Amino acid sequence: MAKFGDQASMSKIGKPPQPATGEEVPASDVQLYADRVRVYPRSVHGIARNIKWAILVLCLVVYYVTPWIRWDRGEGRPNQAILLDMAHERFYIFGLTYWPDDIYLLTGALILAAVGLFLVTSLAGRVWCGYACPQTVWTDLFMWVERLIEGDRNARMKRDAAPASLDKAWRKLAKHAAWVAIAFWTGGAWIMYYVDAPTVTVQFWTGQASREVCFFTALFTVFTYVLAGWAREQVCTYMCPWPRFQASMLDEQSFIVTYQKWRGEPRGKGRRDAEGRVAGEKLGDCIDCNACVNVCPTGIDIRDGVQLSCINCGLCVDACNEIMTKAGRPKWLILWDTLARQDAKAQGRHEAIHLLRPRTLIYVTALLLATSVMGGALAMRSHVNLSVLHDRAPLFVKVRDGSIRNAYTLKVSNKTDMPASFSLVLGGLPGGAMALSDEAENRQPALKLDVPRDAIGTFRVLVYGTPTRLADGSQKVGFMLRNTATGESTEVSSVFMGPAK
Amino acid sequence: MSDQNAASEKDSVTGRTTTGHEWDGLKELNTPLPKWWFWTFVATCVWGAGYAIAYPSVPWLTTYFPGVLGYSQREAVTADVRALEAQRAGVMQKLKAVPLEEVRKDEALYAVAMTAGRIAFAENCRACHGAGGEGRPGYPALAGDAWIWGGKLADIQHSITYGIRSAHPEARVSQMPRFGADGLLKAEEIDQVTDYVMGFYKPDAPALPGAAKGATIYAENCAACHGDKGEGKREVGGPALRSGVHLYGDTRAAVRAQIANPRLGVMPAWNTRLDEATIRAVTLYVHGLGGGE
Repeated sequence: MAKFGDQASMSKIGKPPQPATGEEVPASDVQLYADRVRVYPRSVHGIARNIKWAILVLCLVVYYVTPWIRWDRGEGRPNQAILLDMAHERFYIFGLTYWPDDIYLLTGALILAAVGLFLVTSLAGRVWCGYACPQTVWTDLFMWVERLIEGDRNARMKRDAAPASLDKAWRKLAKHAAWVAIAFWTGGAWIMYYVDAPTVTVQFWTGQASREVCFFTALFTVFTYVLAGWAREQVCTYMCPWPRFQASMLDEQSFIVTYQKWRGEPRGKGRRDAEGRVAGEKLGDCIDCNACVNVCPTGIDIRDGVQLSCINCGLCVDACNEIMTKAGRPKWLILWDTLARQDAKAQGRHEAIHLLRPRTLIYVTALLLATSVMGGALAMRSHVNLSVLHDRAPLFVKVRDGSIRNAYTLKVSNKTDMPASFSLVLGGLPGGAMALSDEAENRQPALKLDVPRDAIGTFRVLVYGTPTRLADGSQKVGFMLRNTATGESTEVSSVFMGPAK
Repeated sequence: MSDQNAASEKDSVTGRTTTGHEWDGLKELNTPLPKWWFWTFVATCVWGAGYAIAYPSVPWLTTYFPGVLGYSQREAVTADVRALEAQRAGVMQKLKAVPLEEVRKDEALYAVAMTAGRIAFAENCRACHGAGGEGRPGYPALAGDAWIWGGKLADIQHSITYGIRSAHPEARVSQMPRFGADGLLKAEEIDQVTDYVMGFYKPDAPALPGAAKGATIYAENCAACHGDKGEGKREVGGPALRSGVHLYGDTRAAVRAQIANPRLGVMPAWNTRLDEATIRAVTLYVHGLGGGE
């Protein structure tokens, strides 16, 4: 094998390989690095295309409009319905406010999304890739713009092959300008999920936006432009990990875009007679028109079977249906079907659809389990949170009257929109008394703690006691915290320490 | 790939050649990398080389290549620290100007003072007084409520600034006579007064045999500084004896030793080492440990 950087192998870059005499060697076999095969997808009409348009419009509308939805949370609180406020450590999603300690809910949401994706993939193949993935949605949008300005497949190929001209120049310029504009809009919308949309829009156009806002807007503008305009199917084939492991979710019972080989082969051009013969030779329904290849956004041939680059979008289904109608043959030569059913059909048998399989049942079970756990966690999410941290040094202090004093740092979080007043009671230490460290001598059996709305109150609480038994130097105590207005309460246990007796 | 034709073979399923590599019967198809991938790799190499030229990179034995931009992390940190000091100058100035009792009312200023105090305490005080001011025998607990020289803000500030027996003219000084070592009291008398003092320490325990005689000795020799009832006298630095907290231990042996040949602790005057704002911050911090008056 030639060393990397060797003249011979380097020289292969960009130069067509010399075909070996006699036998034809595929180009991919002799090159160390492959030229990109430019894909010029043709426009197509049909059911898959309609579904794809509908999902595209829905996704884009949701993406661009969401930051502008308002939600009244009262005076002094953000009024954006969905706001991921990193600076103030709060996520606002309509009526819910998430604190950093609710991050497990985000983990749970990601688990739900992942298992949901597994289930959908095992049922219907890579529909995520074909319809809902942002890479697909924005690439489709960019292709639509490209088609508006540069025309359909044939026009684009012809113009790209032609020498430079004014017509070519302005169309290319217009296309890239439009792409950059969409990319900028996309990058700008992204930042609006993190800062107040109307405010940041005004700040941006008056030059007052922060460096972070400008950076992330630029970052997402550049990446949208590069990924949707230039990289396109290269992202799916070479960058994305999902196509690599989606094979482990698919099986022969998954509904995927499939070419009915038994019906289409042997392929051949020409109009079939009543018995399906062309010039006396019996041929399949595939007239080898390459329509399925020409519309494919990743430039593959579905007739080669299920493959890594197929994003399961079904545009080839639409293309083939158009052709079959024109050729006077039955539609659905390419369709959504399972590999098992196709095998059966090839042998003239009928095979039932198996939606309920161990794989899908496991995914459904996992999904239901995760949903109920998540739902439970969300429903029982406490609005009163107390954390108690015993002082590490000193563990205890002896005071003048001979009693022992322990100090604790209490953090009381008030996740509601109202200022809250809490009462704190100590349990497990008969005769014990508490005081706030600001007024150490004001010993009381119960303390009143006030916490502003949407905030954490930090209190250093001193506990005085004369425990009779401290065999191992400590005994258990409990802090009971009660919201005096709502009655919501919580209890946290800790220890009271002293010299071992 | 010069040996490609020799080692590789054609895969029967795909009709493509393999690389000739085989793992347990699995053979790798010879799939070329996309060219943009290659150029991206080249670009990262160029970037890496450029970075190594621009920034400190190659280590020599005793020095290193500093990079053409002249960037230094140490200088960056120094600049950051200087900027931080400049930023803090205002609030530290304010801490110096505002009366100590008023600081707590200014929430932001108090927070700064507590942080600065905590750090200065950890650097300068914890060696003797403990990480949380818990103290140890001979070194007073600052987290408790027993104060020899007073637990008000001004008292604490004075103690820190000038120290205890530090030889500074303003220092807190109290002197306990060496009743045993200097022969001021007989051994028997020391035992008796010890018995009496133990009554302050453990009021619930039955009186010790020498307590009655010890009372007279106490009144003559000790009450002037420690108070008639052992309540202590802060103005002369006489520690309270009727208390749950004792600097040198609460066993009878410890009490007797302290009467016969007392140990007298020393704390340096911190005004020679800390600036006034920091001393005020430490004062507030110590006061806030839980025993401030």
